[in-house]
Amino acid sequence: MLTAADLLTLLPLIIVGATAVVAMLVIAWRRHHAGTALIAGTGLVLALLVLPVTSTGSPPLMQVDGLALMAATLILVSALVTVILSHHYLSGYIGPREEFYLLLLCATAGALGLVASDHLAMLFISLELLSMPLYGMLAYSFRAERSLEAGIKYLLLSAAATAFLLFGMALIYARTGHLDLAGIAGALAGAPDAWMLAGAALMIVGLGFKLSVVPFHLWTPDVYQGGPAPATIFLATVSKLAVFVVLLRLVLAAPVFHNEWLQAVITVLALLTMLGGNLLALFQSNLKRLLGYSSVAHFGYLLVAIAVGNTLAIETTGVYLVTYLVTTLAAFGVVTLISSPFGGEDADGLPLYRGLFWRRPYLAAVMTVSFLSLAGIPLTAGFIGKFYVIALGVSDSRWWLVGGVVAGSAIGLYYYLRVMVTLYLPEPGMRRRDVTNDWGSRLGGVTLLALAVFILVLGIYPAPMIDWVQGLSIG
Amino acid sequence: MILVWLIVIPFLGGLLCWQADRWGEQAPRWIALGTMLFVLVISLWLWGTGDFALQAEADTPWLLEWRADWIPRFGIEIHLAMDGLSLILVALTGFLGALAVLCSWHEIGNRIGFFHLNLLWILGGVVGVFLALDLFLFFLFWEMMLVPMYFLIALWGHSGSAGQTRIRAATRFFIYTQASGLLMLVAILALVFIHFGNTGELSFSYEVLLNTEVPEAIAPWLMLGFFVAFAVKLPVVPFHGWLPDAHAQAPTAGSVDLAGILLKTAAYGMLRFALPLFPEESAAFAPVAMVLGLVGIVYGAVLACGQQDIKRLIAYTSISHMGFVLIAIYSGSELAIQGAVVLMVAHAFSSAGLFILSGQLYERIHTRDMRIMGGLWGRIPTLPGFTLCFVAASLGMPATANFVGEFMILFGTFPTAPVVVVIASTGLVMAAIYSLILMQRVHFGPVYRQGALAGPDWREYGMMLALLALVLLVGLYPQPLLDTTAVMSGTVAELFAGGVESLAETTGEVR
Repeated sequence: MLTAADLLTLLPLIIVGATAVVAMLVIAWRRHHAGTALIAGTGLVLALLVLPVTSTGSPPLMQVDGLALMAATLILVSALVTVILSHHYLSGYIGPREEFYLLLLCATAGALGLVASDHLAMLFISLELLSMPLYGMLAYSFRAERSLEAGIKYLLLSAAATAFLLFGMALIYARTGHLDLAGIAGALAGAPDAWMLAGAALMIVGLGFKLSVVPFHLWTPDVYQGGPAPATIFLATVSKLAVFVVLLRLVLAAPVFHNEWLQAVITVLALLTMLGGNLLALFQSNLKRLLGYSSVAHFGYLLVAIAVGNTLAIETTGVYLVTYLVTTLAAFGVVTLISSPFGGEDADGLPLYRGLFWRRPYLAAVMTVSFLSLAGIPLTAGFIGKFYVIALGVSDSRWWLVGGVVAGSAIGLYYYLRVMVTLYLPEPGMRRRDVTNDWGSRLGGVTLLALAVFILVLGIYPAPMIDWVQGLSIG
Repeated sequence: MILVWLIVIPFLGGLLCWQADRWGEQAPRWIALGTMLFVLVISLWLWGTGDFALQAEADTPWLLEWRADWIPRFGIEIHLAMDGLSLILVALTGFLGALAVLCSWHEIGNRIGFFHLNLLWILGGVVGVFLALDLFLFFLFWEMMLVPMYFLIALWGHSGSAGQTRIRAATRFFIYTQASGLLMLVAILALVFIHFGNTGELSFSYEVLLNTEVPEAIAPWLMLGFFVAFAVKLPVVPFHGWLPDAHAQAPTAGSVDLAGILLKTAAYGMLRFALPLFPEESAAFAPVAMVLGLVGIVYGAVLACGQQDIKRLIAYTSISHMGFVLIAIYSGSELAIQGAVVLMVAHAFSSAGLFILSGQLYERIHTRDMRIMGGLWGRIPTLPGFTLCFVAASLGMPATANFVGEFMILFGTFPTAPVVVVIASTGLVMAAIYSLILMQRVHFGPVYRQGALAGPDWREYGMMLALLALVLLVGLYPQPLLDTTAVMSGTVAELFAGGVESLAETTGEVR
């Protein structure tokens, strides 16, 4: 039964869910783009505001601990930034705009549930609640062929991944008779047998698909490129973050993942992902595809935390996710802003960005900072994240993984630098797509500038963030 | 606190330059010049007031020190310290920084503010490298100076010799140095965690880590992690691929900074970190390092002879000169290490002079290709004379600073490695050959094109005179330089001798 304390623990989730209901009713009553966006934003801000007073606890099927609270904060912030950027973006969209926020709120609620799930049923339900609205978001501008393609591609491959996940769960249930994580962990005294290993491996495959771990990454470039920019942001931040956190939770809770054989599999997957993502990104000339591959690589680095799986790994995950989120939001934010208002196709070709610095110095500075951070250059947030990953690998003597991170970063530099220098090359005479002149005074623009400052602050003085993450990862 | 200012001033000056673009073309230049002169004056003042004789008896080897907590989670501090070596290199940075600003006065015509932002940030990063004593902080500055250097080459460079674009050269420079830097980060972290395992204390402090007992199986790898990072920057021959292109495509200011200061950060890193942290492994590695140095000397000299591009030629001579420095550092003798410091300073002056001169030639005849030069002696007043002086310095003519450095290196190394010295001496002969080739093909020989060209104006004249005066001053009276770095080279030599001893013991036991 739910107690009052449980309700308090679930308050952020309840607020987001209620906001979705309110948004739906308002849309049914009267369509108003700005109003709906405002409702969605207010709901997310409210949920963020109650987070600090939310206590940890374990409502049925869930475990709201420090990790869940940390992830919830990051999810809500990312969703909020997405809402802010969506408003300007969608203002040029012909057709119903308001439902986008509805889908976004539902997916956010799914993500909030996912990071706190303590039971395979809860995990599955929240994962689907997160994924279903995403199909709609990705195919939102369905008149554009690419967007529709992205939505359908994600839908079909997601369904296959879900089948893997369910099969894995079934095997584990058949073997242990438990669906709750504590039960699964408890039922396994001795060494896991083949069924258990197969079940765990299938679950890694299912979740690895959502994280676009190589070799399950094939959908990533097309979906990133095709989806409308705000949907892509949401996919790259909220969805990936939530799935990663639940994967980490599984690995920490179930001892089967520490099996030697599975460890080897995870290590190989991590190496493939960091090298594959970077290699595939090398010659991309489409910014959204490039960022898609770059996010593949970044989750490859993060898999080091899954492979190691100790307390420092939780801290590493937290720090890396914070830096990844801030950076990705800023990088995609610039793309979104330049594509706003919606005009049929997003401005994602690299030539469009040539000479951006000489037209829009501050916007180009935001982009430069975020790409430096993606590349992990010191004084940006990305460096702190990379430092943590390497420190984690070294402290646990995982030399192969450390070598992979170093090699991946070296390869990655090539394409990050290519994008960066494009921004500063002399501008060609042709007329290019550009942001609206008032971008700096709009909420979206201000958010981007704030994100860039945040990247630098995190890079120069990361101590408060580290303290925050450390406090939550112990609790 | 003054150490913090030495680092912060270039960064602030850079930001100011960027914004000063709106006050006219000249404003960023004057601000940048003022900033670098300010750094120079501060360091000269420190040099003048500091007592380096006392330093030997004091308990701390540092002249000045400043520390503050930064990331307590990992025991990372902002820990800056200055001794004789860093003082000299910081002063050198200030001086060459001012020259870099001066020599691009007419060369850089567009995006002036942004150019000087990058230039000053490189110099700020370099000063940080010379002062940082916390390994994390050191790594941070080490990587940080790459980004502005990348922009400097990629945006203001020349798209010169066949098929090589400036962006490619810049990218190559960046990837070489960043990738090797990450290896150093891994080595630093491994050292820190080994220390953590031994004592339970998490710290990145140089002094704390200095006496860490590293397991024998891992120690050589960690030493190599540091060595590779420095070897790429120095550059040591198999890792030199980025240097000629980066020099050839970079604007004059970029080349001056690269040759004059950035290469010195590598030698500094070896003297400050690689050797003292791993004395025994370094002693074991010394023969390999010396052979690499020899290869560098010969390879750089031979390739310099075959270059058509004047800046590439000078770049290859840098490889040759840095081979001497590498040999000196790994000889472990106090005299040779002092010689390495003198040669570093001397090479900074002479190569900066030559790069500035080739920049001035480029402004006049718009080419760096020596095949279409020739006979310039009669066409340009004064400049060929200066070229002759710096070429003489570069080939190690007595009375120039380079002579003192090379002489001390060869003398100091002879007792430990006579064969190496004998082979290295041939480098001096080859230096004469490539230097004279440069002189002959550019300034003498058949006249390629007629017509007089403009002589140096007061700015160019002043830069050349200042550099020449310093080359001669250090060449004729190097004692102040030697006194300042005596404590440092003594300490390093002592550590190295300890490493050699314990190495002999362990190998003796094995036998």
